[in-house]
Amino acid sequence: MKIVNVTHGSFYAIGAYAAASLTAAWLARGYPPMLSYAVLVVAAILVAAPFAILIERGILRFLYVRDEVVILLVTYALFLILEDVVKLIWGVNPYYIAQPYALLGSFQVAGMAYPTYNLVLVAAAVLFGGGLAWFLHGTRAGKLLLAVIHDPEISRAMGVNVDRFYLATFLLGSLLAALAGAFTAPTVSVVPGLGVDVIVLSFAVVVIGGLGSLPGAALGAVIVGVVRSLSVHYLPQVELFVIYFVMAAVLAVRPRGLFSLAEPRKI
Amino acid sequence: MTRLVPGIFVLLAIAGLWLPQWAMFIMTVAIARGLVVLGLLLLLRCGLVSFGQALFYCLGAYSAGALGRFLGVSDIFVQMLVGGAVAGLAAFVIGFLLARYRGIFFGLLSLALSMILYGLLVKTEALGSTDGFNIPPSTLFGVRPGADWVRYAVMISAAGVAALAALLVHRYLLTPLGRLAPAIKDNEIRVEYMGASARRAVHVKYVIAAVLAGIGGALAATTVGHIDPDMAYWTSSGEFIFIAILAGTGNVLAPFVGALIYGAIHTMAYDLSPHTWQMSLGVALLVLIVFLPQGVWSLAGRLRARRS
Amino acid sequence: MPVVLDAQGLCKSFGAVTAAAEVSAAIEKDSVVGLIGTNGAGKTTFINMITGYLKPDRGAIAYEGRDITRLAPRDITRLGICRSFQIPQLYGSLSVLENMMIGIGIVLRNGGLGGYFSRGEPLVPGFGRPPREVAEQLLGRFGLLEDRERNAQVLPGGARKLLDIALTMVTKPRVLLLDEPTSGVSAGEKFGIMQMVLDAARAEGATVLFVEHDMEVVSRFAQRVLAFYDGRIIADAPPQAVLQDPQVKRYVVGSHDVRRNGSA
Repeated sequence: MKIVNVTHGSFYAIGAYAAASLTAAWLARGYPPMLSYAVLVVAAILVAAPFAILIERGILRFLYVRDEVVILLVTYALFLILEDVVKLIWGVNPYYIAQPYALLGSFQVAGMAYPTYNLVLVAAAVLFGGGLAWFLHGTRAGKLLLAVIHDPEISRAMGVNVDRFYLATFLLGSLLAALAGAFTAPTVSVVPGLGVDVIVLSFAVVVIGGLGSLPGAALGAVIVGVVRSLSVHYLPQVELFVIYFVMAAVLAVRPRGLFSLAEPRKI
Repeated sequence: MTRLVPGIFVLLAIAGLWLPQWAMFIMTVAIARGLVVLGLLLLLRCGLVSFGQALFYCLGAYSAGALGRFLGVSDIFVQMLVGGAVAGLAAFVIGFLLARYRGIFFGLLSLALSMILYGLLVKTEALGSTDGFNIPPSTLFGVRPGADWVRYAVMISAAGVAALAALLVHRYLLTPLGRLAPAIKDNEIRVEYMGASARRAVHVKYVIAAVLAGIGGALAATTVGHIDPDMAYWTSSGEFIFIAILAGTGNVLAPFVGALIYGAIHTMAYDLSPHTWQMSLGVALLVLIVFLPQGVWSLAGRLRARRS
Repeated sequence: MPVVLDAQGLCKSFGAVTAAAEVSAAIEKDSVVGLIGTNGAGKTTFINMITGYLKPDRGAIAYEGRDITRLAPRDITRLGICRSFQIPQLYGSLSVLENMMIGIGIVLRNGGLGGYFSRGEPLVPGFGRPPREVAEQLLGRFGLLEDRERNAQVLPGGARKLLDIALTMVTKPRVLLLDEPTSGVSAGEKFGIMQMVLDAARAEGATVLFVEHDMEVVSRFAQRVLAFYDGRIIADAPPQAVLQDPQVKRYVVGSHDVRRNGSA
């Protein structure tokens, strides 16, 4: 969307917390565990959506005309605020909901037990990634969105309701982040600081994959994931370092990432 | 400016003799933070927001701390010098990568780097891991000041270094390279075609900002007497950004004034509600950005305009 | 006259688009060369390659015998090859005077003056006068002196073009490449502005290449014309010959008569 969104990490955290707390409540009440997956999704969407709408309509909308630095700082300020809001709502104690994760059990792959839940995650990623790609390139609304992102002024001149598109985009992006948080929640302990870790990691993914490229993001995610796992397995101390070395290496060779979109001509 | 800065230093030196210990502490911490923000402003003028100045602040602090604790060197000037040098060296290396980027890339890359340092420090047992470690009080040119005079000595040394830094930065801003900042922010292609390298200019400014942050970190370390990895955490960078926005890019004294005001706000907000400190900071930042984008300095300008 | 700028076999493609195919031209010192061609023919790509903004896929560019193919724009500018832009590249948020002063500051620094320890006002290399005087002299020459406090982005199109060219003159060009210097300027003013720019350039002893769509301007001011089409140079001769060339008529000009003295 060409606005830089540090707040994205907050939505990931909100999604994770919402999913964790509501699913825990669901399971505690003895409702069917198999439906807890649906609870994850619904919780994330129901809680994140009002936040997103409030932020976009209440604050961001007025600041699109200001320069890039201002928007960057504003989303940073919002990030600070949301970190504490999350703490206020959900407290500082970690949430564990292992059940949805454990419920699906595991299966044998090459002599090791592989949790089935992870397959679900991969499937979800593919589904959402593919869905987004189809939406952007295959539907009329999606194509309009690409046009609006590219040049809001001309789009407006052509009668497109740019404001509504901006709201929709921000909402969509934030909900995706929340869903990511929700799906990840069963695999980790949900603690404060979740937001920052994910921003830093997803930034590495985008950088490696290339700005503005969906297939790039997918490839970047795979690379980062594999590299992380390898390093955790063989050299845990350098886990954080390794990602950034990979990133620096990619940037040194291709400054805009592996699959970056062609830059428009400037002069 | 060249007369104002030494004047303020002398004022502080004299007034300091009567200041209570807690006031001197606040003053010194404000000077430390102000130094970091002075560097941050150099980058902001180019349109670059560094979310990771805490990296150099922390490097400076740990260098000074290591000197004091493991090598027995507690001379405050040596500590500041080493802190600045280590930070500057790191920035020199990092700058080769970072100076190519702008906008969100630059911001998040710098954030990522400071978080890496945080992660490294947390995992290093020898440096106390999450607890960090304490630092013995400073000496001045080999002399260990008496318990009552330590605070004063540190404050004056800090003020002296800060005054020098402010004057040097002020001078730098008058040179062609220093004046390049608004041009880089506005149109880099034009800068290139006039025969200057925007990348080199940004690299230089990044190193200068890091050195300043390193000195500030060393100073903070010795004043507080304790260092821990939180100094590299992203919220630490957030504080510096807040002060930078509060101060505005107007002049070289603004960061220090901003740091003082911030110190006051921090103490008050923390007393009121320690658990929502970050939220208060975020709200204050938001208000500042929306209503006072040029910092509190611009208020003074506006008042003057209204009066005339 | 000796050859000052020599482009040999320049090739450049962007994916499936060929912007330059074996473009060669030897430019003589002190000449005035017009570059014509339809949009997308490769004229600006040619300028971009000469000034180092783009690197050719194949081919070489030599300036006074020295190979400059791989140099960065800033180095090429410092050698004396300067250009103005199709879309004026200005510091929009700064005033007209500040635009000039920043440019002069860069020249000062490149000349080793105006450093950290300098006192007082250094003299700008190549002009021999203090920065402010140089700025005002150049602005005056291009008729921008009254606008000096205005923000660059509020200037009308023609004035922005002139400021863009004035900035280019700060760097003391020995070879001046002008990309559409009169586009956005009203028909009645085109000749005057072109004369102003050429006089300023010639006073410095510069060789001039200019991209132009208006054939009357081309016939009036160019001694030699390079016609581009589809990434190639399809004609290279004095203006009258080029404008009569059947290929040029077909691909660039169109077939109606162009009269020499400017009346339609």
